[in-house]
Amino acid sequence: MPSITRLPLLAAALGTALTGAGVAAAQDSLSGTLKIFSDMSNPAPRAVMEGMVDRFGAMHPDLEIELTVIDREAYKTQIRNFLTANAPDVANWYAGNRMAPYVNAGLFEDVSDLWDGQIGEELASTKGAMTLDGKQWGVPYTYYQWGVYYRKDIYDRLGLSEPQTFEQMKANCQALLDDGVKCYTIGTKFLWTAAGWFDYLNMRTNGYDFHMALTAGEVEWTDERVKTTFANWRELIDMGAFIDNHTAYSWQEALPFMAQGDAAAYLMGNFAVAPLRDAGLDDSKLDYYQFPSINAEVALGEDAPTDTFHIPAQAANKEAARAFLRFVVSAENQTLINAGDALGQLPVNANSSVDDDKFLKEGFDVLSNRAPGGIAQFFDRDAPAEMAKLAMEGFQEFMVLPDNLDRILDRLEAGRQRIY
Amino acid sequence: MTSGFWKRNQQTLAPALFLAPGLLFFAFYVLFPILQSFQISLYEWDGLSPAQPVGLQNYRQLFDDPAFYTSLWNNLLWLVLYLLAIPAGLAIALFLNQTVTGIRIYKSLFFFPFVVSQVVVGLVFTWFYDPTFGLLNTLLGAVGMDPVNILGDPSKVTYGIIAAGLWPQTAYCMILYLTGLNSVDPEQVEAGRLDGAKGLRMLWHVILPQLRPATFICFVVTIIGALRSFDLISIMTQGGPFGSSRVLAFYMFEVALSEYGFRMGYGAAIAVVLFGIMMIYIAGFLWKMYRDERGA
Repeated sequence: MPSITRLPLLAAALGTALTGAGVAAAQDSLSGTLKIFSDMSNPAPRAVMEGMVDRFGAMHPDLEIELTVIDREAYKTQIRNFLTANAPDVANWYAGNRMAPYVNAGLFEDVSDLWDGQIGEELASTKGAMTLDGKQWGVPYTYYQWGVYYRKDIYDRLGLSEPQTFEQMKANCQALLDDGVKCYTIGTKFLWTAAGWFDYLNMRTNGYDFHMALTAGEVEWTDERVKTTFANWRELIDMGAFIDNHTAYSWQEALPFMAQGDAAAYLMGNFAVAPLRDAGLDDSKLDYYQFPSINAEVALGEDAPTDTFHIPAQAANKEAARAFLRFVVSAENQTLINAGDALGQLPVNANSSVDDDKFLKEGFDVLSNRAPGGIAQFFDRDAPAEMAKLAMEGFQEFMVLPDNLDRILDRLEAGRQRIY
Repeated sequence: MTSGFWKRNQQTLAPALFLAPGLLFFAFYVLFPILQSFQISLYEWDGLSPAQPVGLQNYRQLFDDPAFYTSLWNNLLWLVLYLLAIPAGLAIALFLNQTVTGIRIYKSLFFFPFVVSQVVVGLVFTWFYDPTFGLLNTLLGAVGMDPVNILGDPSKVTYGIIAAGLWPQTAYCMILYLTGLNSVDPEQVEAGRLDGAKGLRMLWHVILPQLRPATFICFVVTIIGALRSFDLISIMTQGGPFGSSRVLAFYMFEVALSEYGFRMGYGAAIAVVLFGIMMIYIAGFLWKMYRDERGA
């Protein structure tokens, strides 16, 4: 028996010695089964996940890896079941407050040990988002910038430039409206797109720290500062800046307005670039700018939702799971999986290189150098799920019936007092 | 001994044994969950952490919750407006109840919407209603009317979804009436005609009484259909815009089981209220059946 277990070890050691890779020979003793549940179900992310499993499997020939890919939306409810019964060894999830229910219920493994030393420094930008109760509960594999994606050709035609301030933003918008073009496309059918606007308007009006306090339930929704944010928003709504009937559209259904030139810009995550390119907007027509400053006194904060891997507390093979997490966050792997032909997003590891893509480069610059205020996850990941739902419904209602603001804020405040 | 016991009690035991599996399943899958819902509605529970007993707090919150009243109102709208499927189905059935070449094809075409899955019906109507590219607004535009945003307007959305639901439901009622019309007694029609009954009078006094069983079934399936409006709402609007097209069943799902939900106690409280409302209908229904049977 002992000779059997030792043989592959020897072979693996020999293998690494021969190829000269010698990355982590000590880890090659991993054996047994590694069960991974993943929500990377769209075609490109799925290929990335399968690629990672293949490469990790090649490094650990004794380890049998079982990958289960679950539809991304269905995963959000299934995770509750499989974390409590039949837990895998590794599972996808999101950073920020979205982890809180599972951390509080003791269903995620504390992986602070992985963050000690070099890895912690390389992933420093998201350490805050992965920390609850002073411990880290998972590792990030990708994130992406949010910002305003706009039709450069339309802006050029009207002689407009990327706005730096809210005043310029509104002036641009008026010029567009005078030309019969809506300033922003948006589809609020599934609510969260409106939360993107609230995130940015609130962070620009009151700053990142205030925004975080609000999503953490420490500030009243009826606070004057919140009302100022909504007043700024209302200026845009009253101008007619947003497309009509946005409540009937999903975010994808709002894309054609921009592709056809009926709307000039879209506040969205970087994932909007791919479908816009598919719709025929090349880099000469499509460009990106950071959401402009509103209140010059507050530092700029940004939304950059981070997707993550975690180890369930009930995992059977935690040793292999930890090795997989280390593999996922390595600079080399993050460069590979975030490349333009893979996820097309930003690597979290500071030593990774960003793909040669206009939007990825600018996004990387914005998140690394131009977001001194801080990096938020996104409204529905920073606020508890229930509050997020209630508030996002309020945002949608406000965009349609801005006169209802006081009633909406009272409702959100009542919700805040109950939920936190 | 055993055979003696069996022989003596065969008359009582046999039906009990035959009923036992059904009763067991009914108790386990119907009665027990109902009681459990009552129990959970008194707790605050997210499905992960231990449940906290909170007494009647969930109900108190529910009665202060504007979303609850919106859902309740929409439920009523569904129950009332969905009944339009019955006269509409009858009208189409009367229209199709004639012998011309190819009538079978027309009948099948009219029945087609009911064969299609509700999900498909929802998607088709979502595209039909699309405020920019949809067929409805193209048609309205052709006669010079402004586009309407049916699914995005809180005051129109429920009507829009009900209209979508009526499409297959009308077909269902139509087929029930078509079979009913087959069994209408031609001699009675003839007798009515001799007495000078025509048109609506004939329909009301001669045809409809004979269609009573069909009407009864139509009524039952339509009420059930109205309470099952969940799938259309989920496909077409997800309860939006800002919750204005929710019905109680969808609201319960949203707070208890959706991505942003997991307030099991609150969801159970909604379920209990919905159960109460349905009990009123079911009790009335049972009472009517009981009365009719005694009369007959």
